[in-house]
Amino acid sequence: MSILYSPTSMQGHEVEEGKLHTISLTINGVRKEIQVLPWVSLLDALREYLHLTGTKKGCDHGQCGACTVLCDGKRINSCLTLAVMKEGSDITTIEGIAPADGELHPLQKAFIEHDAFQCGYCTPGQICSAIGMMEEGKAHTRDDVKELMSGNLCRCGANTNIIDAIMEVKEGGKDE
Amino acid sequence: MNNFAYSRAHTVTDAIQQLNSHGQSQFIAGGTNVVDLLKYFITSADALVDINPIEEHHSIEEMEDGGVRIGALVTNADTAYHPLIEQRYPLLAKAILAGASPQIRNMATNGGNLLQRTRCYYFYDANAPCNKREPGSGCSAIDGYNRIMAILGTSEQCIAVFPSDMCVALAALDAQINISGPYADHTIPLVDFHRLPGDTPHLDNNLQPGEIITSIDLPAQGFSRNYSYLKLRDRNSYAFALVSVATGLELEGDVIRDVRIAVGGVAHKPWRVPEAEDFLRGKTASRENFGAAADIILRGATGFMHNNFKIELAKRAIIRNGMMALHPETQLPGAQPSL
Ligand SMILES: Cc1cc2nc3c(=O)[nH]c(=O)nc-3n(C[C@H](O)[C@H](O)[C@H](O)COP(=O)(O)OP(=O)(O)OC[C@H]3O[C@@H](n4cnc5c(N)ncnc54)[C@H](O)[C@@H]3O)c2cc1C
Ligand code: SF4
Ligand code: FES
Ligand code: FES
Repeated sequence: MSILYSPTSMQGHEVEEGKLHTISLTINGVRKEIQVLPWVSLLDALREYLHLTGTKKGCDHGQCGACTVLCDGKRINSCLTLAVMKEGSDITTIEGIAPADGELHPLQKAFIEHDAFQCGYCTPGQICSAIGMMEEGKAHTRDDVKELMSGNLCRCGANTNIIDAIMEVKEGGKDE
Repeated sequence: MNNFAYSRAHTVTDAIQQLNSHGQSQFIAGGTNVVDLLKYFITSADALVDINPIEEHHSIEEMEDGGVRIGALVTNADTAYHPLIEQRYPLLAKAILAGASPQIRNMATNGGNLLQRTRCYYFYDANAPCNKREPGSGCSAIDGYNRIMAILGTSEQCIAVFPSDMCVALAALDAQINISGPYADHTIPLVDFHRLPGDTPHLDNNLQPGEIITSIDLPAQGFSRNYSYLKLRDRNSYAFALVSVATGLELEGDVIRDVRIAVGGVAHKPWRVPEAEDFLRGKTASRENFGAAADIILRGATGFMHNNFKIELAKRAIIRNGMMALHPETQLPGAQPSL
């Protein structure tokens, strides 16, 4: 499926000649084509153009991790990424992690069980980041997990429970 | 961000040509610094030339002389986790992994890391006078809140520090920076790559307009047996260094045969003083000797009030990191103090 999306905020505005790029991205398994100006961040493209508002904007400067998504399997900050640079990439957001059968992703379940959020604003970024971290395979101990999850801040202070939830999913909760 | 055009370069020559044909244009690699600065209107561009599609310089390879060449377009994460770097240059791996966050390291490239700009608060505040951002406007930090600023190599024009962790290890490892440009290719030792502010604080380094960094060469000596990176900061992770130290030792028993010490967070460039290393060669690896070396490294260090603490902190960090290098297996995630 390929649909041309353009942002609500762009309608009625004049677009400078030659600056508009049409890019194709696979978002949560579905191929999408969008028209973007070069300065549109991947975060804004997801939220404003594709209406995938699960990915959050905290700082917009790479400092909080709320905007974390997986790009070709790797966790990145979508706020510091220009959408135009991701032409052809495979993007997974929080909306795309649960299996299709209506079940939740194991991390989603563990976050609920461990009370790993209060306001929930950091949660989509925390979960995408944790998926990326497990894929990287470099976190062997609880201290490693703390260090390798430090790119995601939780201003509600749910960090201890977040680490508990991740530890449970990772290798059944034990240090390797 | 201002309204810039965007294009992709597929070869180094193409990149150099595109950069020079677009008025005020800039390269973009990982984007983690340039996009941030564009968002704050600290920098602007008529066009961004994306260098990621360049086919070369995406790999890490052994060289004939026993060293290793790291492509400028390899990400910081892929560099730190590469087997050649983990095994032969663990000091570099540790320093990279102590910087930024996993997400940023997945995006940031090695070339971009060398060229990241200072984190001086006033440089980031478009309303404050700053000689680096706007030559001749003055320096707000000298009499301002200067807790994170430099204690060595400062000038009356600028007291900013260069914030990279990776480059502190590269300085200790005697890395060489390979550069291509509109006229010729050349190589600059990392220790000569970044500049002191002097009366040209707007120039961070010696890369000339229109030039591109293609790779970084590491000599064979990687100090993989005895090394340590120590990073001291206001929180244990995801913060820039107040002071950091990269130490590599080559030992014979407890006698130092060769040694490198580079200090970060204290100057406009990674700080290395060969005289201190000369002093240590042939001596035992002891707190006393590292302390004497620290005094040589920190000779002339001057605080600006809020950062006075850095002088003593740097001394202690150099000593402690010397001792940590004797037991690299005790290193903690995030280059926190061990031992
Ligand atoms: C929240 C946050 C925390 C951070 N914490 C740390 C930290 O603790 N320690 C640390 O060391 N760093 C830290 N960083 C900085 C980070 O390491 C740099 O932003 C990153 O290394 C820059 O690389 P890049 O590829 O993203 O550069 P870009 O942003 O793409 O480029 C930076 C500059 O370099 C130029 N450029 C890029 N590549 C080349 C090339 N090959 N040749 C010529 N010019 C080139 C660009 O034109 C631009 O001017 C942090 C960043 C953020 C956002
Ligand atoms: S220290 Fe340098 S970067 Fe900071 S305000 Fe002064 S001139 Fe600007
Ligand atoms: S919104 Fe991207 S890191 Fe905060
Ligand atoms: S749950 Fe509120 S910020 Fe983390």
